[in-house]
Amino acid sequence: MLAGFTGYEVISRVPVILHTPLMSGSNFVHGIVLVGAMVALGQANGPVEQVIGFIGVALAAGNAVGGYVVTERMLEMFKVSGKGKP
Amino acid sequence: MNLSPVLLDDIIQVAYFLAALLFILGLKRMSSPKGARGGIVWAGVGMLVATLITFLYPGMHNFGLMLAGILLGGIAAWWSGRRVAMTAMPQMVALYNGMGGGAAAAIAAAELLHPEGLGAAARTLAVIGALIGTVSFSGSLIAFAKLQGLINKSLRFKGQQLLNGLVFLLALAHGVGMVLGHGGSGAVIAFFALSLLFGVLMTVPIGGADMPVVISLYNAFTGLAVAFEGFVLQNPAMIIAGMVVGSAGTLLTQLMAKAMNRSIGNVLFSNFGETSAATGEVAGSMKPIDAADAGVMMAYGSKVIIVPGYGMAVAQAQHKVWELTKLLQDRGVSVKFAIHPVAGRMPGHMNVLLAEAGVPYDIIADLDEINPEFPNADVALIIGANDVVNPDARERKDSPIYGMPILDADKAKNVIVIKRGQGRGFSGIENALFYRDNTRMLYGDGQEAVARLIQGIKTLD
Repeated sequence: MLAGFTGYEVISRVPVILHTPLMSGSNFVHGIVLVGAMVALGQANGPVEQVIGFIGVALAAGNAVGGYVVTERMLEMFKVSGKGKP
Repeated sequence: MNLSPVLLDDIIQVAYFLAALLFILGLKRMSSPKGARGGIVWAGVGMLVATLITFLYPGMHNFGLMLAGILLGGIAAWWSGRRVAMTAMPQMVALYNGMGGGAAAAIAAAELLHPEGLGAAARTLAVIGALIGTVSFSGSLIAFAKLQGLINKSLRFKGQQLLNGLVFLLALAHGVGMVLGHGGSGAVIAFFALSLLFGVLMTVPIGGADMPVVISLYNAFTGLAVAFEGFVLQNPAMIIAGMVVGSAGTLLTQLMAKAMNRSIGNVLFSNFGETSAATGEVAGSMKPIDAADAGVMMAYGSKVIIVPGYGMAVAQAQHKVWELTKLLQDRGVSVKFAIHPVAGRMPGHMNVLLAEAGVPYDIIADLDEINPEFPNADVALIIGANDVVNPDARERKDSPIYGMPILDADKAKNVIVIKRGQGRGFSGIENALFYRDNTRMLYGDGQEAVARLIQGIKTLD
């Protein structure tokens, strides 16, 4: 509940210009699912569960890494534009 | 290591809380342009801490597979994330988001295949998370395919809502069955197949213009799915991060839907764009202009407002536009950019592109700031935008976009529209602005047309 409220707080004060990076940033944050996928795979028994767990880990790692790279690239631009300002 | 199990468990829990804290602080920093870059680094550190500590989790095996999975997913995503063009960003976000949803669903599947260890409450949460995650997974993939242009048509047929409802209820019924403990692996498979199907069916009829809202919605979905699976696994980092993303994503979705003057339900369930094509007949004709004349108009004006849209992004014209802006500024012309909340394919998409080109953000204005300024502007230059400047939204009650907040570009003294051809906008409706007496059409690809404008202005000296 507290976390939900925090999320609401955080985003309600964000200027429109940062919505895309923010969406991409929150997209990165739910890459934390990787942790759960690792636990699921780590406790998996038998080939079926191992395959499912493996898929989960691969997908989650993609979410986390991809989310980070894309967000970082977007925000990089804001830094460059910031320098151009008087 | 010689740590006692209890101590190790404490360390893991503390690390997870630390990671969650870093996520929240990171997202918070992202809410101002200055701190934004630091924000993602903080969140990244949080992710690293959480991932590394998980290797210490008690009672784990399959480490080889785990590393292989991380490397496979990570390298593929790193490679594609580096390569993708800025204009293709929205669909990449959709893709990564879908992967997260799929991962949450995979966790649920692994847990539900050995349900003995789970109580009824945990099973319920696992099922709910699985449903949401799976829908987010298949839905995001469809959204990706649509934005990437792999699917062009919005598929609609009679009784679609009924079918969707039926599939959803069937999936739900299997879910309830699993909670009650009747499910073998057959039920688990049927449940996931139905959920996948529902995600596809739900997304297929939605038009491309609404995709940003949909992606944002699925982003929130994945967050919630992660939180639910976090409850199942008793993992504080997943619970907190998932809830934050879920609520933030929901709010973002609402903001976007509001900017288009539609409710989320309306986006998901109405057949936008299909019935509307016929209503757009407009009297008058489009009047072309050549680049030299258009250049003169802007160079000798005192105030120019540029309205960029997705067309600018497609044509990669943002750098040329910034060059044009600087040229005009050197001549003493005041130039501003007007950004509609849903310009492009994601909220803030245009801001990112302009920032990429080097446009400082203090001359970029949003709808509420800029609208009172249009009547004072000598020229409104519209590059690849269409529906967001259609005055029908203000004036014609029978227009399908009636009531959507628009940029009042038509109130400028002169309007110059750079456009590739005479086609319609993304919503498929005719734009009354193009037929106005004060509007001139400059045909051509965005980048090349702006280059001609620059040429035209340079020859004035």
